[in-house]
Amino acid sequence: MKTAGKTASALAAGRRKEEIAQVIGRMKKNWQLYAIIALPVMVLLIFSYGPMYGLQIAFKDFVPTRGFAGSKWVGMKHFQTFVTSYQFGRLIKNTLLVSLYSLAAGFPAAIILAVAINECKSKWYKKTVQMITYAPHFISTVVMAGIVIMVLSPYSGVVNNIIQAFGGERIDFMANAGYFRHIYVWSGVWQNMGFNSIIYISALASIDPTLHEAAVVDGAGRWQRIWNIDLPGIASTIIIMLIMNCGHIMSVGYEKILLLQNSVNMSTSDVISTYVYRIGLQNAQYSFSTAVGLFNGVINCILLVSINKIAKRVSETSLW
Amino acid sequence: MKREDMAFSFMVYVLLTFVLIIIAFPLIYLVSASFSSPQAVISGRVWLLPVDFTIKGYEAIFKDSSIIRGFLNSLYITVVGTGINILMTVMMAYPISRKKFYGRKAFTMFMMITMFFGGGLVPTFLLINHLHMYNTFWAVMVPGCVGITNVIICRTYFESSIPEELYESASLDGCDDFGFLIRIVLPLSKPVLAVLVLYYAVGHWNSYFNEMIYLEDKVKYPLQVVLRQILIMSQVADEMMLDFSAAEQAQGMADLLKYSTIVVSSLPMLILYPFIQKYFVKGVMIGSVKG
Repeated sequence: MKTAGKTASALAAGRRKEEIAQVIGRMKKNWQLYAIIALPVMVLLIFSYGPMYGLQIAFKDFVPTRGFAGSKWVGMKHFQTFVTSYQFGRLIKNTLLVSLYSLAAGFPAAIILAVAINECKSKWYKKTVQMITYAPHFISTVVMAGIVIMVLSPYSGVVNNIIQAFGGERIDFMANAGYFRHIYVWSGVWQNMGFNSIIYISALASIDPTLHEAAVVDGAGRWQRIWNIDLPGIASTIIIMLIMNCGHIMSVGYEKILLLQNSVNMSTSDVISTYVYRIGLQNAQYSFSTAVGLFNGVINCILLVSINKIAKRVSETSLW
Repeated sequence: MKREDMAFSFMVYVLLTFVLIIIAFPLIYLVSASFSSPQAVISGRVWLLPVDFTIKGYEAIFKDSSIIRGFLNSLYITVVGTGINILMTVMMAYPISRKKFYGRKAFTMFMMITMFFGGGLVPTFLLINHLHMYNTFWAVMVPGCVGITNVIICRTYFESSIPEELYESASLDGCDDFGFLIRIVLPLSKPVLAVLVLYYAVGHWNSYFNEMIYLEDKVKYPLQVVLRQILIMSQVADEMMLDFSAAEQAQGMADLLKYSTIVVSSLPMLILYPFIQKYFVKGVMIGSVKG
């Protein structure tokens, strides 16, 4: 028995050696591929993984003149400060509300638009709608924020002109914290609904037309066909998009929020990412803001992984 | 056609027309407002077409050097940045698209991780400073030059449209990987390269955040940062306002300038849009193939 075991393990070791030699041989033969990939891998290493090394300052009192190594370890101090600070509740609430509200409004809007475009029988009208609705996607964030501010302006904005024409009072939208979320979310829907619908339109186009023909023979109406053929047909696309969107829940569109933010609407517009920018780069509290950012990143990761798991269990569709 | 179907078709048209109006109206209004006298805009007389036609706003913009300089800076960043992007994306995507490439799973993983987790704003900022890239165009062109989703689009395209047999026959003719990539893969990948160029170029042209935090000198500001000053912070350059009387300035000349600025800065996109739209659609399609 003993010798048999020994020979078996020796054989296994030999096989492993052979395998390793084979792999090395393969790598040598394809060395050019490694040479090609080296540069982008270096870039990722330096600019994506490099900052991850820098995350250590979240656990230190970082002083720029002393460098990473020279700064003192302080453990979880910054995390505790953040979690117990008075802004903590407000930041979490604002981040989640603005994200979930965007998702709840924007996600179905794109699907409904896609289904409507798919049902539209006139070809040129379909084309026109697609052309116009995709266009706002290409407006830059800065110009978009500028448009929002102009259109909602209490003095000359067209929205207030309309309100006044119908006999209402002019409203200073940007100076009212209560309006901020609606402004952010619906301007986002306006800008991206069309472009986000593309993926569903293409998924709808790839549904087998014989399914529809069979349903028509069985006497199904158009509502029933949407409900029983179209929507199940694009379900996996919907789930993938949903997971991807959930990946952005904690990071929201801070670039736009930052532009729409002012001192008056801060109570609803301040989210974790804008807070990190303000205290990190404007107030130079490097360690503390890194800790806040890390906190945000970790929650984001946990969220993504768990949603992916749930999706896998429920529908056998997942990102990985 | 059944009655129910008629009603349904009617509803579809109503919905689409509603969406069309909601999206098109602000766009038309902005253009009209930029050609109307400020008084007409303020008093709410402008609805669809320009009222009291004027091009004063545009004249003022082209007198101002900051917008033109911003245009040129943006052009530089977009052209050079996109070049770097394409180079890096192809170099990352090609090896991991090859079946014989040992470690493709590991490299893919290595790349995907950066999509979901990163060092965050401050550590990245410190790194850029440490590398003496602050206040250089490199800081906005190099760090994000490997766009992960674009690498995936590129890889998926390589995998699905360049058959392994092609490589085998090429290698029989003495073609190595370098040659295969440059002489066979790239010429065959023009459609996906067009999509990537557009994605990256629009990204550079429209980006403001990194440019805002990494570029310090006013002469280096790209268009979006200049626009932020004009549109968001209402810092209308004094130069632009010189030609207007105090009364005109009070009467919303600043607003007119903003409307004109919005239109001028969106003009390149507006002109190109009908031609490039289909490439973006194509990109979304390729990207949606799960891989």
